[in-house]
Amino acid sequence: MKDQAVNPAVAFTLNGQAVRAVPRLGERLSEMLRERLGARDVKTGCNAGDCGSCTVLVNGETVCACLMAAQQAEGQQVETLAGLMATDGVAQALAERFQDHGAAQCGICTPGMMVSAVSLLRQNASPGEDEIKEALGGVLCRCTGYRKILDAVMDAPAGLHGSGLAGDAIRRLDGAAKLRGTELFGDDVAPPGTLEVRVIRSPFAHARFAFGDLEGWCACAEGIEAVLTAEDVPGENRFGVIPDFADQPVFAEGTARFRGEAVAAVVGTPDAIAAFRPEDFPVAWQELESVADVAAAQAAEAPQLHAGREHNVMCRGFVACGDPQAGFAQADAVVEGRFSTGFVEHAYIEPEAGFAEIVKGRVEVHACTQAPVMDLEAMEIILGKDRKDIRIVPTGVGGGFGSKLDISVQPYAALAALKTGRPARIAYSRAESMQSTTKRHPAEIRLKIGAASDGRISGFDFQGEFNTGAYASWGPTVANRVPVHASGPYRIGDYRAEAMGIHTHCPPAGAFRGFGVPQSAIAQEQLFDELAEKLGIDPLEFRILNALRDGEPTVCGQVFDQGVGARACLEALRPSWAEERAKAEAFNARADGPLRRGVGVAAGWYGCGNTSLPNPSTIKAGVRADGTVVLHQGAADIGQGANTAIAQLFASALGISAADLQLLGGDTDITPDAGKTSASRQTFVSGNAARLSGEALRAQILRHANASEAAVLGFGGGAITIADGASDHVIELGSLPADGDGYVFAAEETYDPPTKPLDENGQGEPYAQFGYAAQLAVVEVDMALGTVTPLHFVAAHDVGKAVNPMLVEGQVQGGIAQGLGMALMEEYLPGRTENLHDYLIPTIGDVPPVETLIIEVPDAHGPYGAKGLGEHVLIPTAPALLNAITQAAGVRMRRVPVTPSRLRQAIKDKTNG
Amino acid sequence: MPYLVPRDVEEACSILARGSPRVIAGCTDFFPGLPAGACGDVMDITRLAGARGVEETAEGWRIGAAATWTDIVQTPLPGCFDGLKQAARQVGSRQIQNRATVAGNLCNASPAADGVPPLLALDAQVEVVSHRGVRLVALRDFITGVRQVDLAADEFVLAVHVPRQAGEARAAFLKLGSRTHLVISIVMAAAVVTVEQGVITRAALAVGSCSPVAQRLPGLEAQFTGQRVSELVDLPIDPELHLAPLAPVSDVRGSAGYRLEAAAELCRRALLQAAGEDAR
Repeated sequence: MKDQAVNPAVAFTLNGQAVRAVPRLGERLSEMLRERLGARDVKTGCNAGDCGSCTVLVNGETVCACLMAAQQAEGQQVETLAGLMATDGVAQALAERFQDHGAAQCGICTPGMMVSAVSLLRQNASPGEDEIKEALGGVLCRCTGYRKILDAVMDAPAGLHGSGLAGDAIRRLDGAAKLRGTELFGDDVAPPGTLEVRVIRSPFAHARFAFGDLEGWCACAEGIEAVLTAEDVPGENRFGVIPDFADQPVFAEGTARFRGEAVAAVVGTPDAIAAFRPEDFPVAWQELESVADVAAAQAAEAPQLHAGREHNVMCRGFVACGDPQAGFAQADAVVEGRFSTGFVEHAYIEPEAGFAEIVKGRVEVHACTQAPVMDLEAMEIILGKDRKDIRIVPTGVGGGFGSKLDISVQPYAALAALKTGRPARIAYSRAESMQSTTKRHPAEIRLKIGAASDGRISGFDFQGEFNTGAYASWGPTVANRVPVHASGPYRIGDYRAEAMGIHTHCPPAGAFRGFGVPQSAIAQEQLFDELAEKLGIDPLEFRILNALRDGEPTVCGQVFDQGVGARACLEALRPSWAEERAKAEAFNARADGPLRRGVGVAAGWYGCGNTSLPNPSTIKAGVRADGTVVLHQGAADIGQGANTAIAQLFASALGISAADLQLLGGDTDITPDAGKTSASRQTFVSGNAARLSGEALRAQILRHANASEAAVLGFGGGAITIADGASDHVIELGSLPADGDGYVFAAEETYDPPTKPLDENGQGEPYAQFGYAAQLAVVEVDMALGTVTPLHFVAAHDVGKAVNPMLVEGQVQGGIAQGLGMALMEEYLPGRTENLHDYLIPTIGDVPPVETLIIEVPDAHGPYGAKGLGEHVLIPTAPALLNAITQAAGVRMRRVPVTPSRLRQAIKDKTNG
Repeated sequence: MPYLVPRDVEEACSILARGSPRVIAGCTDFFPGLPAGACGDVMDITRLAGARGVEETAEGWRIGAAATWTDIVQTPLPGCFDGLKQAARQVGSRQIQNRATVAGNLCNASPAADGVPPLLALDAQVEVVSHRGVRLVALRDFITGVRQVDLAADEFVLAVHVPRQAGEARAAFLKLGSRTHLVISIVMAAAVVTVEQGVITRAALAVGSCSPVAQRLPGLEAQFTGQRVSELVDLPIDPELHLAPLAPVSDVRGSAGYRLEAAAELCRRALLQAAGEDAR
């Protein structure tokens, strides 16, 4: 008898080809495929089987490649998305349908979705919805809300129309690469074998630390090329998205202020990093007293996080008009309540990742980002280099939702490349991503609202304390935005709202879809229901009565003479409201078991762009001598569709189809700054810059040919053809001089939305436009178990002009899924839910059908009337669900998430009380 | 360095007699729990002769150590396995079910292991082998605590055995979580029941996620045995009398009190479903 150790080489079939590789002991199939066999179409999102993005077929069965030993592939048939797309007709047809429906947004889950769906469709050519949900239940998507994916797999009719002008529902221009698996995300660009960076992080919320002999340790550790600490930061060891509040070190110096904070990093070969154990790193910790919530942080004896921020108060935001106390005195009904929300994790399926190298003395950083030029500015400060010596090349972004506005991996990769002189890569593990990057602010809200018997709001007093964590990030923005938005899209004359950002020893809270407004809407929209009930007014009609109209001042005193779509959104819900309420009542009247149904409604608004601050976008375009029209599209497409929508706006202005454009991305060497993908500003602000750029380019061409405004342009074959009524022109481009970019015609235009500063009472003109929304939710509550099943949503969104209706629907469905998660299941607890099986986001089985009602109340400032949409989509979702739960279960939930345990407790308390 | 792939039981036992590699099969718990740093030796038993598949034996059924949850779903089995099949469909995701093994679920000994309550309700036994021989251990004795099992360093699990059930036993499994798929349960309940002429003649009930190790509930089984199925909906459940072995904790997924209450409700619903009645 002999022990049989397998040959270290593993031989198997990958996408029909015989392959061999030599994996390490303990190597996952996913790593072997990606790093030894070039199959970067296999994505890694969690390394724990929680997200399914690494799904491949092994002998035809779906498998998480991150949970299969590489050695177990011996003799097996392995197929990945790229292989299926090359040869499998089922996959190819499905990919077309994914594109027709916009079922891939950011695209990071697409390989897992596609492979899982192909496996199902091979066995069952026309599966039902439940079969699809079961087959795809193991693949998480954070962008789409899953409904478009279901539509694509079920082969539902797609609603595409038009040639690619503003208003046309066309396929995403960058969709094909996502479906083929060839789009390169943050961890997909570095060559195999590149040095890797592993960050050493604080295991404590608050601790002092001291390093041992780092040089000696590094010299003895095989394959470890360098150790990085604060001493290796050549510029300032400090970053932050708001310059006045920049307070976060790249590496903590002596004291760590949250669990997961970086204190050092090691740089080594892939084998050395795989063998590295963080506990072997020479650092000694001394845990210190910490504060985790806003109440503890403001206590007199609480440890102070930052000098000059007394009682850990980072900043305040304030808006007041009229006299709320007088309003309450005159009111016929007054309601008040305290509301509480927790940390919410962005949970994009792509953890932060990137790659840096030194090219001709310049530092080049390739990473996933929502804001390439902000990254450049941060790196200038950290590296102490002139910006001409730094290049940021954005990779594909596998979801962002606000957190990839802040830098994360970029300085570590760059510092490693600088110190070693060699290229270096870094990819956060899921736990690192969750521990160290920004979250949605937990909020403690106290709110009081009054109303007169006729239903008019009379007095509104809001106080919100937001846990901004250890560092500022976008906390000041949240503190400023919330008082401006806490009224909701309503006319309120007697108003006071204060929001505070409070430091704690928690991860930094920053930007997350809505910047604090989803939290305040939970309070305001629930109390609106309570007021309506007290006054005996239908909740929807109560909102319609109070909804802002053209010509009425907001709580900031800003008057919009046009474009206010709040009322139109609410009125659009009337038919569904009546129908769904009647159905729910009939269901409950018949119910003899534990199930009850309820219908809830909520509205929301959101100002597009920065609050009373300059906010420009620049878009450049040119025509090459061969007739190709090139659009430098610098607005980061994080899945929302900027590459397509901005192109459609540009194409409309120029007068061609968006599909005929060649797009260049946000590489800071070639593309001007289109600002950050944030605050629902890209369609509005960059879209306007694109429109202006298209108009300028068109004007140049018409002028050159002396043609009229009505002329029809055609590009290609080295010429521009101009059909101008009876007379046709041809501009032969080869004879024209080309500029440094190779363009014979070029345009670059900037748009900055007009705003005015806010005074000490928050009065002014914070935004050039708002977008508006109202949503209706139907839920079923199991009264015995406290579980909530959302059954249906109807979402009315005023987008001014739907630049691409398919993308609008995708945004709405995806935002609702995130709002649903926030309402029912998502709660990030540092040290406890640092993975995607303890931190739950909705799966394909959790998001019910969403009916999207696109409302178009054009805005004078918007490109072709368009308004922003990105944040609006989740603001009404949680309060609509909470109001529906109250209708079904008879209890009001003032704390989210409404877990089964919490809801059941509330039901019992009511029954017993 | 060694990645060991024994071809037969004798070879596997010999490997374990001389070293202590980690025994792996589906790897769905192995990789998520793998600490940072170099990996120790492993012994992969998925190519072991006789470890795959689900087979009928003289005494009942044998689930090989490498049999996956998908094998459970796809193998035609009598009605008493319906609960185990329902659990199989809810272990992680389809991707997990295609790799994860029933035996591995037991060896991992999570308090929330989906496979344990239905197998407890079926009076399953675990076949443990080593170079010293074979022993059969009742599942209720095999899992001794959180992440603890009755396995010596030189032993591994070769199969799980389910004895033939009395009469026309039927079964159900219910899992309660905060979302639809890919969820660790707050509470789960498994029932195996025999009904004769509308009366429950035998009831086996087990609850998971409410104690360090999933528990059978003899008090509740006695309460339901002898009752008419039509009366189950209103039969009182007294936590102290009927749920005695349960000792739930409060955590992020739910409070202890909630778990106890939900356990009672799920047991009733599982029993009704197994008996063919709608819980509503």
